[in-house]
Amino acid sequence: MANSHDAATPDRAIPGQVTAPPAKILYCRCAYAKVIAPDVKDEVLQGLTRSGVIFEAVPDLCEMSARRDPRLKRLAAEDGIRIAACYPRAVKWLFSAAQAPLTEDTVEILNMRVDSAGSVVERLLEGCLKAEESS
Amino acid sequence: MIAPKPPLRIGLYQNGGRRLPGGDRHYDLTRSLLDKGYEVSVIRSDSRIGDLQEGAWLLLGYFGKEEPLPAMGNGNGDRLYYRDIDGLETSQILDAVEEVRGQTELPGPGGWKPWFPVIDYNRCTNCMQCLSFCLFDVYGVHEDKIQVQNESNCKTDCPACSRVCPEVAILFPKYKSGPINGDVVRQEDIQREAMKVDISALLGGDLYGSLRKRQTEARQRFSTERDESRALLERKKCLRKLKKDFDIPDEVLMSLPSAGDIQERAERAKAKLAARQERSQTVKDSRPAPTEDDWGI
Repeated sequence: MANSHDAATPDRAIPGQVTAPPAKILYCRCAYAKVIAPDVKDEVLQGLTRSGVIFEAVPDLCEMSARRDPRLKRLAAEDGIRIAACYPRAVKWLFSAAQAPLTEDTVEILNMRVDSAGSVVERLLEGCLKAEESS
Repeated sequence: MIAPKPPLRIGLYQNGGRRLPGGDRHYDLTRSLLDKGYEVSVIRSDSRIGDLQEGAWLLLGYFGKEEPLPAMGNGNGDRLYYRDIDGLETSQILDAVEEVRGQTELPGPGGWKPWFPVIDYNRCTNCMQCLSFCLFDVYGVHEDKIQVQNESNCKTDCPACSRVCPEVAILFPKYKSGPINGDVVRQEDIQREAMKVDISALLGGDLYGSLRKRQTEARQRFSTERDESRALLERKKCLRKLKKDFDIPDEVLMSLPSAGDIQERAERAKAKLAARQERSQTVKDSRPAPTEDDWGI
């Protein structure tokens, strides 16, 4: 099947149709630099895909910030989002630079430059379970 | 700012009983797409279509004999595309993604290492040293506040402006070490940066001032002593010092503007200033006209 369609329907809830559920986990691949150890970012991604949780993966938060990607605003608005990326101070101000400030009380940023893959995955999934329990 | 058009976004479609590719296939596909520069989201069928906003989407999934989902957008002219990935290897899926991207005429992802400064406004005092220091117009001012406005002008791997920031408020997230990479700022970092600024001041107020002074001195020596090799040695020595103290890549040192370029830049700034002052005299403006100091001239 190789079909494409033009947009026609306005934004509204339509049962049974495609949708992206609110992402509670955001994974940054840092694809354009070698500052995160490849085995760490691979293991974290593997942990997420194997767990079956819903998550959003982006190639590079820096690039999205430079582009002022509007998707960052939606991600920043997610309550209780957990972000696997790099230093929290860098992530915070990258979002801010894209006019998408994070809510510091509810966001958790996990640093793949410093932390082990195991501990990052554990925290990400723990957060995910908590979010599911509370909903 | 970088071209704001978002790239094609990829959704892995999870349709009722038709799940995503299992375990390692899911990982392999996601990793490959990310490394190519595509965003990847898991898409379910039980919530708001409106969440699929912000550009064109390609949904990859096992659609089987089902009729393809009706095309829907968010009312903003965005588009949805579908591809059945049943039986396809990862490389074939990547080919399909590229084919769709070609149809959308969206730019390919990647192609630029996102290297640019990020300001920590919890630390920034709006002193504008970075604005004065950067020769590549990366910084600008909006409503009297320093901003990073031209990220793509920044010279890859050059963190020099963060070195001159007295408050350690400039980050380069992809830099190798802290605190420039966003690591916690410690007291010793502040002291070290302050010391660098002091050294810079001792050298003559600013780095480029120092460079120009040395260049002028070298020229004078050249003109009086006719000693070309000595002048070149002086320049090399100065550049080596810049490279060492500020971790400036060779590429940047080689692209430093000439005296003529600097003069032209100063003239442009002066013209802007004059225009602004003229405007403030003809239009009622509550703010005072900026002085030459405000423009860093």
